[in-house]
Amino acid sequence: MPDTLVSLPDFSGIVADLGDAVIETVVAHGEVTLVTTRERLIEALTYLRNQARFEMLVDETCVDYFPQEPRFAIVYQLNSLSRTMRLRVKVFLSEHDKTIPSACAVYLSANWLEREIYDLFGVTFEGHPDLRRILMPAGYEGHPLLKEVPVTVEEVAFSFNRRRIDADKPYARE
Amino acid sequence: MGLEQKLGDMGVVTTSLEKAVGWARSNAIWPMLFGLACCAIEMMSTQASRYDLSRFGMELMRASPRQSDLMIVAGRVSRKMAPVLRTLYDQMPDPKWVIAMGDCASCGGVFNNYAIVQGVDEIVPVDVYVAGCPPRPETLIEGILKLQDKIKQEPLKKWQ
Amino acid sequence: MPANNPTLHEAPESVLTESNAQLDITLEQLKKLVTPRAFTGETMLLNMGPQHPSTHGVLRLLLELDGETIVSCIPDIGFLHTGIEKTHEGKTYSKGIPLTDRIDYLAPLSNNLAYVGCVEKLLDLEVPLRAQYIRVILLELTRMNSHLVWLGTHALDIGAMSVFLYCMREREMILDVYELVAGARMMTSYFRVGGLWRDIPPGFTDLVQKILDVFPERLLEYEKLLKDNPMWKERTVGIGVIGKEDAIAYGMTGPSLRGSGVNYDVRKAYPYSSYDQFEFSVPVGSNGDVYDRYRCRMEEFHQSLKIIEQAMKRLPAGPVMVDNRKIAPPPKHEIAYSMESLIHHFKLWTEGFSVPEGEAYFAVESGKGEFGCYISANGGPKPRRVHFRAPSLCNLQALPRMSRGCLIADMVAIVGSIDIVLGEVDR
Repeated sequence: MPDTLVSLPDFSGIVADLGDAVIETVVAHGEVTLVTTRERLIEALTYLRNQARFEMLVDETCVDYFPQEPRFAIVYQLNSLSRTMRLRVKVFLSEHDKTIPSACAVYLSANWLEREIYDLFGVTFEGHPDLRRILMPAGYEGHPLLKEVPVTVEEVAFSFNRRRIDADKPYARE
Repeated sequence: MGLEQKLGDMGVVTTSLEKAVGWARSNAIWPMLFGLACCAIEMMSTQASRYDLSRFGMELMRASPRQSDLMIVAGRVSRKMAPVLRTLYDQMPDPKWVIAMGDCASCGGVFNNYAIVQGVDEIVPVDVYVAGCPPRPETLIEGILKLQDKIKQEPLKKWQ
Repeated sequence: MPANNPTLHEAPESVLTESNAQLDITLEQLKKLVTPRAFTGETMLLNMGPQHPSTHGVLRLLLELDGETIVSCIPDIGFLHTGIEKTHEGKTYSKGIPLTDRIDYLAPLSNNLAYVGCVEKLLDLEVPLRAQYIRVILLELTRMNSHLVWLGTHALDIGAMSVFLYCMREREMILDVYELVAGARMMTSYFRVGGLWRDIPPGFTDLVQKILDVFPERLLEYEKLLKDNPMWKERTVGIGVIGKEDAIAYGMTGPSLRGSGVNYDVRKAYPYSSYDQFEFSVPVGSNGDVYDRYRCRMEEFHQSLKIIEQAMKRLPAGPVMVDNRKIAPPPKHEIAYSMESLIHHFKLWTEGFSVPEGEAYFAVESGKGEFGCYISANGGPKPRRVHFRAPSLCNLQALPRMSRGCLIADMVAIVGSIDIVLGEVDR
């Protein structure tokens, strides 16, 4: 796509200001990713919003890197309306300690996005004002987007197994 | 050759009560205004300008289940929606019918996953399945006409 | 409506605590959502949805009311959660395209482009110019399609029935174009990784030209019905106000953000699919109320027509698909005599192409706002994670802020004005 060819804005100032809060900078496909740690996350986001003028948290999501360790990554997509820049911030989380400070205090839009991650991946956000399930019903057990949950639930019906699947299906009554 | 010309000399038609009731029921269906997903948009198209469902005498959608006797399940039913759907079905007065509109409502469609009920017939009994993703308005109308045929042949005992 | 009006203090505590073990919600969590006046019975809790004619699908709102005034509003979503992101993990990249149609089913081609564009970004593909132009034409038609359904249902909610019938009539013209190019009325899957499924068939130009001819006067008709209609203005002006800063903080995008006076449009800020080669302006409101959002969308109709006209005039000749056989399927006639093409074809439909490891985010301006797609690729033919940034989700998140202090009847107008599609909110 043409916009990958657009020369990148200068991020060196931001990286320098953040200092050792940034542990890695990745540039790929015309996008910049800063990898930070869980402890320095809120500090980094606050700086990015107030000083570097990334006013909008466009998206926040989670990636399950199973079987790698650290297994989870929380991905923040930031957007600066005044400077027309995008930036991605990433934090890696271990499977054994799935907690991360909530970004709600910095970006209001993180509220529902974090609830979604909690619902689908089981990552706990510390300091979140209203951490409940958002998409799945309240009685649901488990977190469906983890890699150990199978992608399909029902066997695909062919002519040889159609009858058996039909017999097992719980049909409704009046 | 209309009936009007025979006014005053109507003659007598004999038929069974069952048939007369079935005929009357089939042409006065009140569907429930119940849209879920993509198919709901096609259901709207069916009622709107070009396809005009009112030609078949059933354009009057009721928002309340208490006033309707046909539930068109238009779209995918999630596990969270399933109890709500069953409640709505239970709230509808007898006699009542269900059309599963589209692949998702019929069998889960492309979404064979944790969130979607694999066919709405797991929750409510379905009378007519309409295939398509989403079905064209013509297909839905065909499904409704099929249901009308079915209602005409239903025994009265069924709704005792 | 499934539930009658329960007030929390009336609900026996034992019922709530008994089910807590399996519901993993505590009463304390729920208490925080409403004001203390709800417990003394001064205010009333009212359930709206998920089966409600004007919630645009299956949105559920829990409203705390003081008489007729909304004190707080608690949206409950997920009734249309489809697990599209999970299903993507089990599909190859090209088989994932049809799933994207069903996210925002009013703007299928915008979703297609976000997904396809993201894969193209990961593969570093340059799409032929003709394909880009055809994409632009169809994207703008899609925007008009989305806005027409919005206008029809929004007006219907507020009580203007005839607008709905007019809008659906015009929408059929756009669906005819979809059907011509893709063979389906709604779920098109016409954009493929590397270009388009096929070139536009003959008759396309006539259909689009007819839309260009007919629409300006039809738009005038809508404006006559609504723009200066005192009843319409009474219901929309000054209702559901949200300020600039709040709108940005909530992550609102699209006409809902621009109605508040923020000039942000992905087509201008981060041009994709050669949008930078077209002249158009971005309509911006000032008050951030329902009426301004309505004005923004109505102006966008004219801008879309302008873009389509330019694109139709300057439509370049050439291929509509990249010639990389590892990604684009070979033409059918080639398979008959070329062994290599046969192998490529077989590989593409059985295994699919592999995408190098990495991650990318690609956003388009759909009718609702910034529709983004984030893909994390693991080097194989199936993605590790596909995530869609849904504009409706963030726009809906601002609903409690917008509706505070409004009357309950205004709720319907506000929900209509942010133009949500529940398929996109829940995915």
